[in-house]
Amino acid sequence: MEKFIWAFIIGGGICVIGQIMMDIFRMTPAHTMSTLVSVGAVLGGIGVYDPLIKFAGAGASIPIISFGNSLFQGAMMEYKLHGIIGVLTGIFEITSAGISAAIIFAFIASLIFKPKG
Amino acid sequence: MLKGKQTWVFKSKPTIIASSAVGGPKEAKGAIAEDFDILYSDIWLGEDSFEKAEKKLLEDACQKAIEKSGLKESDIQFFLSGDLINQIVPSSFTARTLGVPYLGIFGACSSSMQGLALASMMVDTGFANNVLAAASSHNAAAEKQFRYPTEYGAQKPPTAQWTVTGAGAALVSNKGEGPKVTCATIGKVIDMGISDPFNLGAAMAPAAVNTIKVHFEDLNIQPEYYDLIATGDLGMVGHRIVGDLLKKENINIPEEIFTDCGLLIYKEDQQIFAGASGCASSAVVTYGHFINKMKKGQIRKMLIVATGALLSPMSYQQKESIPCIAHAVSIEM
Repeated sequence: MEKFIWAFIIGGGICVIGQIMMDIFRMTPAHTMSTLVSVGAVLGGIGVYDPLIKFAGAGASIPIISFGNSLFQGAMMEYKLHGIIGVLTGIFEITSAGISAAIIFAFIASLIFKPKG
Repeated sequence: MLKGKQTWVFKSKPTIIASSAVGGPKEAKGAIAEDFDILYSDIWLGEDSFEKAEKKLLEDACQKAIEKSGLKESDIQFFLSGDLINQIVPSSFTARTLGVPYLGIFGACSSSMQGLALASMMVDTGFANNVLAAASSHNAAAEKQFRYPTEYGAQKPPTAQWTVTGAGAALVSNKGEGPKVTCATIGKVIDMGISDPFNLGAAMAPAAVNTIKVHFEDLNIQPEYYDLIATGDLGMVGHRIVGDLLKKENINIPEEIFTDCGLLIYKEDQQIFAGASGCASSAVVTYGHFINKMKKGQIRKMLIVATGALLSPMSYQQKESIPCIAHAVSIEM
């Protein structure tokens, strides 16, 4: 039960930061998103993010900031196996499921609904 | 005839012999639904793109105005029209349908009164007997044009406005019954450095103030001359700013005669942020709601100050501020 509460607090807290970036600092949604992804990669790099996921579960793994962490973890994993070229091949190692799912589900949705904006 | 710095006085008082307003589904549920000639329940209007839907709105408005006047397309010498889509294609394509000699105009959301002012000048000077002036906007087409990719579902702040899906047209003639266009003040481009496209009301307010001020100076009249002074699409935020700025300029427009077209179209519970916007905001309110009121005798003299934000998606991306304009047209019964 305690884990749910922490997931809510940490996940909600990240969303509050995003909202403040948009409302107070007038950042565009695209800037907000890419900043959070970059912050996630940095937090992964200094070894903070994985412990946070262990602590807050989905509260830390669902927000976009976790995507940055996954980019970093994938690159490091391949780097250990293949050296510097692994940084390039590994970036989408862990995140490939998310990216592929986005493409495939978007395609399915476009078959059912009118995809024009 | 030029009077003062930038006001045209139309001696012959060209007549709006017919006008029309067409709207979409949200407008149909709004506060002035009964003032529309045609209302659509589908935002696509049965077309396969929003731009085509906007063209249909405009075609309908033009054809309705012509039908109400009892004239034929061949009786109309010129067609003036503007909208918000790239290269104003809804206007040009409507001109293709009508087959009437055409001048495309762009004044963003001020296009409605820009068109009416020019049409009145053409009729007053004898360069035409009958001129059709129209303007349109479509919510989803404008979102596509000016906002993030709509699929992105980006949040909007409460200062944002809701683009009206609709079109309005007025047929200006040298004879006939109806409200008369007595004068028009052509606005200057004013840029106070605001660059937030989600706060266009605030960006456009100084342009409206400038045009209103010059209008009264050029004609040497007081605000009380009018029963109604309405800005085009400033919304709640812009309307409040205009009120404050006018007071600073020592122009006191009584609150009961001062309004904004963008505050009249929808009901409060329709989630339209700070109010309505778009070329159709001033067009449908003026050519539908206000002219109906004039015909019922509820308004005798009104000044419509259509405001326009002259930005493009590119100028915004290049971090330019938003230049704005306002044109005022005086209509009297």
